Amino acid sequence: MDLILKIWRQKNKEAKGELKTYEVKGVSPDSSFLEMLDVLNDDLVNKGDEPVAFDHDCREGICGMCSLYINGEAHGPDRAITTCQLHMRKFKDGDTIYIEPWRAAAFPVVKDLVVDRSAFDRIMAAGGFVSVNTSGNTQDANALPIPKDDADKAFDAATCIGCGACVASCKNASAMLFVSAKVSQLALLPQGRVEAERRAIHMVEQMDHEGFGNCTNTGACEVECPKGISLENIARLNREYLSAAIKAE
Amino acid sequence: MTNLDAKIPEGPIAEKWTNHKNKINVVNPANKRAIDVIVVGTGLAGGSAAASLAELGYNVKAFCFQDSPRRAHSIAAQGGINAAKNYQNDGDSTYRLFYDTVKGGDYRSREANVYRLAEVSANIIDQCVAQGVPFARDYGGLLDNRSFGGVLVSRTFYAKGQTGQQLLLGAYSAMSRQIGKGKIKMYNRHEMLDLVKIDGKARGIIARDLVTGQIERHSAHAVVICSGGYGNVFFLSTNAMGSNATAAWKIHKKGAFFANPCYTQIHPTCIPRSGEHQSKLTLMSESLRNDGRIWVPKHLKDVEAIRSGKMKPTQLKEEDRDYYLERRYPAFGNLVPRDVASRAAKERCDAGFGVNATGEAVYLDFSAAFMRYGKEKANVEGIENASEAEIRKLGQGVIEAKYGNLFQMYEKIVDQNPYETPMMIYPAVHYTMGGVWVDYNLMTTVPGCYCLGEANFSDHGANRLGASALMQGLADGYFVLPYTIGDYLANDIRTGPISIDSPEFLEAEKEVKDRLSKLINNKGVHSVDYFHKKLGKVMWDKVGMARNEKGLKEAITEIREIREQFWKEVRVPGSLNEFNQELEKAERVGDFLELGELFAMDALQRTESCGGHFREESMTEEGEALRDDKNFAFVAAWEYKGDPKDAVLHKEALEFKDIELKQRSYK
Repeated sequence: MDLILKIWRQKNKEAKGELKTYEVKGVSPDSSFLEMLDVLNDDLVNKGDEPVAFDHDCREGICGMCSLYINGEAHGPDRAITTCQLHMRKFKDGDTIYIEPWRAAAFPVVKDLVVDRSAFDRIMAAGGFVSVNTSGNTQDANALPIPKDDADKAFDAATCIGCGACVASCKNASAMLFVSAKVSQLALLPQGRVEAERRAIHMVEQMDHEGFGNCTNTGACEVECPKGISLENIARLNREYLSAAIKAE
Repeated sequence: MTNLDAKIPEGPIAEKWTNHKNKINVVNPANKRAIDVIVVGTGLAGGSAAASLAELGYNVKAFCFQDSPRRAHSIAAQGGINAAKNYQNDGDSTYRLFYDTVKGGDYRSREANVYRLAEVSANIIDQCVAQGVPFARDYGGLLDNRSFGGVLVSRTFYAKGQTGQQLLLGAYSAMSRQIGKGKIKMYNRHEMLDLVKIDGKARGIIARDLVTGQIERHSAHAVVICSGGYGNVFFLSTNAMGSNATAAWKIHKKGAFFANPCYTQIHPTCIPRSGEHQSKLTLMSESLRNDGRIWVPKHLKDVEAIRSGKMKPTQLKEEDRDYYLERRYPAFGNLVPRDVASRAAKERCDAGFGVNATGEAVYLDFSAAFMRYGKEKANVEGIENASEAEIRKLGQGVIEAKYGNLFQMYEKIVDQNPYETPMMIYPAVHYTMGGVWVDYNLMTTVPGCYCLGEANFSDHGANRLGASALMQGLADGYFVLPYTIGDYLANDIRTGPISIDSPEFLEAEKEVKDRLSKLINNKGVHSVDYFHKKLGKVMWDKVGMARNEKGLKEAITEIREIREQFWKEVRVPGSLNEFNQELEKAERVGDFLELGELFAMDALQRTESCGGHFREESMTEEGEALRDDKNFAFVAAWEYKGDPKDAVLHKEALEFKDIELKQRSYK
């Protein structure tokens, strides 16, 4: 396959960026999108040009490191996958493909297609945990039976990979899906229930502080989420937050 | 050659760890606040260690090269984590887990360490559940188990095919709590590029801020390396693209011995490679072997028909299929250990029975499991006279609940629906059992420098059993290091803060800067990947699944040549003081090019076969790995002497007091 790529290039956080045009030839339809970019970068290095910077690591859809806004969609045209799992067979020979970084005030561009998502880490540090120390003497794991449905729902919420596609897809750049996934996972489990409301308050405060936008329930985040995190979690977060806010007054 | 002292405590094996904990030094809480510890890597070992040390009161500085500690490659582990809970009442015990692990490792691991691992395994599950890790449960609300290769009990805890993710996010949440408190200072997008020693002790590191390119000096009273394995020396592996040996290799060059580099795990169930563009290989969890049956056609004519597309695998009659693992190993069948399953696949494919165009693929077939689960489900739901198609559909639903994400992953990559046609799999480099040599306290041969998780060598011998990597990473970080590090740091309570302006720090910083400058100013003609791929090809062809003297000697020469060419001809674009991914790769590949040579040297000196290390000169009549216990029951620990070829071999004799050395049999 031969392709035209329009790629966002930006030297660093302060620099002004622009879309630049590149051609890649002879791409295998069986290669992944990132392998296609590898081919481009190898060409650029061989020509003495600077390769395109993009985040990636596991290349099997679980680490959450890869991003990319491809033809106006987070993680590209396929569903329920990350960019590293997107394969070139989803495109046609001769296509022009636009590749941009995540766009959100809370995710400043580091270079080219790489953004800074450390805001997510700070939200997690504000409350995304159960307050338990490492102990060789915690109670036996089976001392606390958990209904399978609750455990399964908690698991589904816990599969969030923290990639930020929800923020990138949202017209308000809201991080509600990300925050609600962690709040839900821990609120659904008895271990996390104890501090569920406190957690919701702290994580939401940090989210607002980081400059993420508000949720207006358009649901774009759920559509683009590579792990299919459900909007139901946002409803649960709102419930926890409201209940905590009322009690606090 | 010296005989290394592993500092194994005296006494009966079941009491060693308890006695040791009772006797070693402890640092009082007030003094812990005056002690700094650096942790490099935030996977299961590093994440759990950083969190636990911070909870104890130490000041922790944690480093990872990714943009968040949550992304370490432990996250990609799929199948599960072992623990001797005996919830299934199937006869499991600490001893049995210990025995299985030593046997699975082909009797090349250290008994005392493995026993301790088995001993603390149950605590790990308790701890993770307390953190909110959502393990799979059954309808009674209790934890579910599955079985894994090389064992006869069900002791593996899991969270669908994403167990590593859930455990890592548990450790990450524990870390996050300490980051919020200011007890862990987190350095994302930082790479350790050297160890700093003062008076022979590890006192800090030199790191590069990957965003600004700044070289930084960081001091501490102890340095803990948890940087994972070195599988990417093969270029293609199931490791993440960024997984590297740099931190481990730098401490090796500063005096930490490197043990058993030739012990590499080639995992049997990976998606076969598709072409030259391939950048990495993807694993399909071993747990699939619980329900999938592995086969190739019995006759070459059928292989031909399948490869040319004239016949579909589903059309081949049952009697014309060769379920070769069930045939060769009736007792363990499809659940033989990984090394055995990988070699068996290679044997069939070498004989011409590979089922895809490259000739390097075998089938993993779930159709029998669909029917088995489907019948069960029909009974449970009271569906009478269900048709075969209905039963199959019900069974597919059960399989989807168990392995849905793996099936989806397969379909996205291969573009075939594994519910309708059998999966194709082939072995790929997955895990490295070798690594930095550590004593019983997990300290390397550099005082104050520790090594945990896959980066060390200690627990898996020559072959790791499935679901044991997660167990070891968390055991080391949650339950071993937090105790043993106190024994060392108890002597450091009067040291006070360590200056980063000492000559040792400045010299190490200069060395790093000089090396990076050399790379960036090289103006060569080839990209870093060009050399990495070249190295990978030599490693796979000559130091891969089967090794022999001639190939290994050639490999050593060829790797040396590639290394020389690399330093002459590599081209690294951009500059030092910016975000520069090619420079990151260049530094890592430079280290792989040294490690690869030591790897081949180690494989050459070990003329026996054991576990994942298969020397063609040493096999039984049936083609199984043949150990030589008389001459090789030792850990090979290499000391760096300025060039890989000058490395000096030290030996730690392995004594088996509690397990009888036997030829492994899974028949």
